[in-house]
This record gives sequence, C-alpha cells and structure tokens, in this order.
Amino acid sequence: MAGDSKTTTQAVERAITDLGGLKGGPIDRHEHEPTLTERRIDAMMMLMRAKPRAFWGSDENRRTIESLTPEFYEGSGYYERWVTAMRSLMIEKGILDSGDIDAKLAEVRARFPSNAGADGDKS
Amino acid sequence: MSRFAPGDRVSVAKAFPPGHVRTPTFLRGLTGTVVRHFGAFPNPSLLAYGMSGQPPLNLYQVVFDMDDVWDGDGEYAAGDTVAADIYENWLEAAPQSNRKD
Amino acid sequence: MPHDGHDHDHATTFQPDIKEPSEEWEFLEIALRELLIDKGVVSAREIADTVEAWENKTPEAGAQIIAKAWTDADFKSRLLANGNSTVAELGIVFEGTQLVVVENTADLHHMVVCTLCSCYPRPILGMPPLWYKSKSYRARTVREPRAVLAEFGTDIPTSTEVRVLDSTADIRYLVIPRRPDGTDGMSVEALAALVTRDSMIGTATALQPDGGRTAA
Repeated sequence: MAGDSKTTTQAVERAITDLGGLKGGPIDRHEHEPTLTERRIDAMMMLMRAKPRAFWGSDENRRTIESLTPEFYEGSGYYERWVTAMRSLMIEKGILDSGDIDAKLAEVRARFPSNAGADGDKS
Repeated sequence: MSRFAPGDRVSVAKAFPPGHVRTPTFLRGLTGTVVRHFGAFPNPSLLAYGMSGQPPLNLYQVVFDMDDVWDGDGEYAAGDTVAADIYENWLEAAPQSNRKD
Repeated sequence: MPHDGHDHDHATTFQPDIKEPSEEWEFLEIALRELLIDKGVVSAREIADTVEAWENKTPEAGAQIIAKAWTDADFKSRLLANGNSTVAELGIVFEGTQLVVVENTADLHHMVVCTLCSCYPRPILGMPPLWYKSKSYRARTVREPRAVLAEFGTDIPTSTEVRVLDSTADIRYLVIPRRPDGTDGMSVEALAALVTRDSMIGTATALQPDGGRTAA
C-alpha cells in the first residue's frame, strides 16, 4: 500500500478490513466447497454468537478481526482469521483459558506428527 | 425520531476515530442523498466492546454518485451510484445539490 | 433433510476420505472444539447438527422467493416492503438482521458487496462464495463495478444505472433479478431454476429459459 504521502496517511487511518476502493487483482471466481474444518469453525462461531449462549455479537467479532496484525490479515484465509478471532474472544470472555488452549494445541499437534511443523499446503 | 428523510442531502463526517466503526473510509467527507431510513439499531461502536449499544442510532441508506466519490478514477458509467448504510451520528445536513442530476 | 441417525461421537475423529489437518489454524479448530466439548460449553452433536443445518441452507431458498415474487405481485410488494416477515411466509427464518429486498429493472441494476467484512443473507443464500469474501471483490466493486461485472460475464447497458450496495451495517440485501423475457406461463419451479445465486447478489442476471444469460 505504498504510494504518495496522502495514500500512506490513509492506509494508516484505515482499518485493515476497510477495503472499499483499494486496488485489487482479478477476482478468483472458482467455487470452493467449504472443508469440514471450515464448516466446524463456522458452526462454532454461530453457536457462540446465537442464543442461548450469545457470548459475543458480530461487532465484537469484527473488532477482534480488525485488531489482527496487517501481516496476519493479509496472509491468512477467511476461516483462519475466524478461528484466531474465536480464540481471542473465548479468552477475553473467560470461556476458555489461554494456558489450556496452548496445552491442548500441543496435544493436537502431536496427533499429526507427520504434518505438525511442516509448511502446510495453502489450499 | 429520525433526523433525516428520503431525499435529504447529507454529508458524511470526515473523521477517523479509533475503535470499531461501520462507516467506510472511502465515503467519509462526501455528500450523498438519503434513500431510506431503516429504523434505529444499537450502536455498533459500543456493541464491539461488549456494551449494550444504547442509545440506538438511526440507520439510513445513503446513495452517492460514483463521480462524486471517484472523480473519474474508476470504471463506471455516468449515472452509476454507490449506496451504503450509515448511522445518523456520522451524518450532517448538507445543502441541496446545485449540480444537475 | 431428516437426521440420518448416525452417531456423532466420532466428531473428534476424521473420516478416511478427509484430508488430515496440517496447518496451525486447523489444529486450533480441533483444540478449541475439544476444549468446548470437554467443558460442556457445547456438545459434539450440537456442532455436527449445526454443520449439517448450514449444508442445507442453499441459494435454492432464495430462488423460491424470487420465482414467487416474479409470479405474485402482492407477494413482491410485501417482500419489497418487509423482507423478514415476507420470507417467513415461505417458512424461512431470517432473524437478527434486517432483510432488505431490492428489485433490478431496465433502469436500475443493484449489486451487493460488503467492503468492511462479508455480510451476506446467509439464511437465504447459504454460505457466501469465496469470491464474495475476497479482498479483490470487496475492494474493487465500489470503484469499478462495470469491470467487476465484466469479469462475471455480465454486461449492463450504460443507460442502466448500476448501483452498488455496500452492506456496511445491520442490513442484508437480496436482489430480485429481472425476469427473463419469454418466460410467460412458466411454472414457479421452472422459473426458480433460472435464478442463480449470483443473480441474487447482482453480479449476474437470471438465466434465459434456453440456458443463457438474459439480455440486460
């Protein structure tokens, strides 16, 4: 987003999610069937937000996604951002404990030793 | 009680407040026309931080001429427009357009 | 779709035809899900049922709404006046956000984008396509709508106003595409088959009865 000083100033002021009017390449129109992982992230998000739990609303979710680093926002997929935001919100709302999540993550990685730490395929 | 009605000319604040806002940067500082009033909704800038969002804000659909937004630097036809949903706290009354429509 | 009755206790395991997770965010999904289940916040069954419920929400619901609007003027008037209560007549639950339905005509062509995130009328159109959430679509549509339309193979005459609707707040938009010519007397079912997802977003027009695009 380099450019003249005006553009640079605007880039600083803009939220990372606020894309209207920026330049972009051709639109990738290929159809993608959401994977099971993506569907589960979606389902968990809906369950956390819906009654009776209503742990947070869409604006809290958006605020959390906006607070991701620009590098992460640029380099991540949609559901990667969602699951990352969900982790933050679960800790913020006291639903899960940060240490418990880290411990569980280590255990999960160990279940897939051939994959963990490998540079996974970007789909 | 809503402050604006369809047909009113309104200007969007040219403001860059911190926190969560739902007014796209590309429309800030521009003048458009109210198309419809949707009702009042909890304030998203407060909801974003877990607050109740009260008092609610009137929400309007405001339409802008592409030419006013991009001044030719886009790919649109002469009469094309862009409309966005903007909360009342971002809007100020503007003089009726003296441009031809 | 009736519940298939199979047990959902395998929700934490992987079926053989599904690729094993290999990326950190995929591990994070498993970790969060298992912790939520262990702590009793949600059950594996609830998650599985929610996944299944979303699989059953498809643009066919939207196509039914449009076909009815094309054939029933009173229904269309109600739909344009109040989206939520009118789709409820067809058994579609649309809650939490306001559904606003707009009509494409010879003079005005609407297309919908969310420049700030990916707001989409999911109860009617299902999960949004990848392109709708893409940075290119979100960035470019408000500035070069006709270039975007061209990428979708859609040509709107310059005498028609293209109006881009940026779904920035509590509103979700559904577009009624123009009813194609030569469809008089067609059944609602046959008409629904002409209504594509993209025509309800406004990046395309409805299909012609012979399978092509309608002349805009």
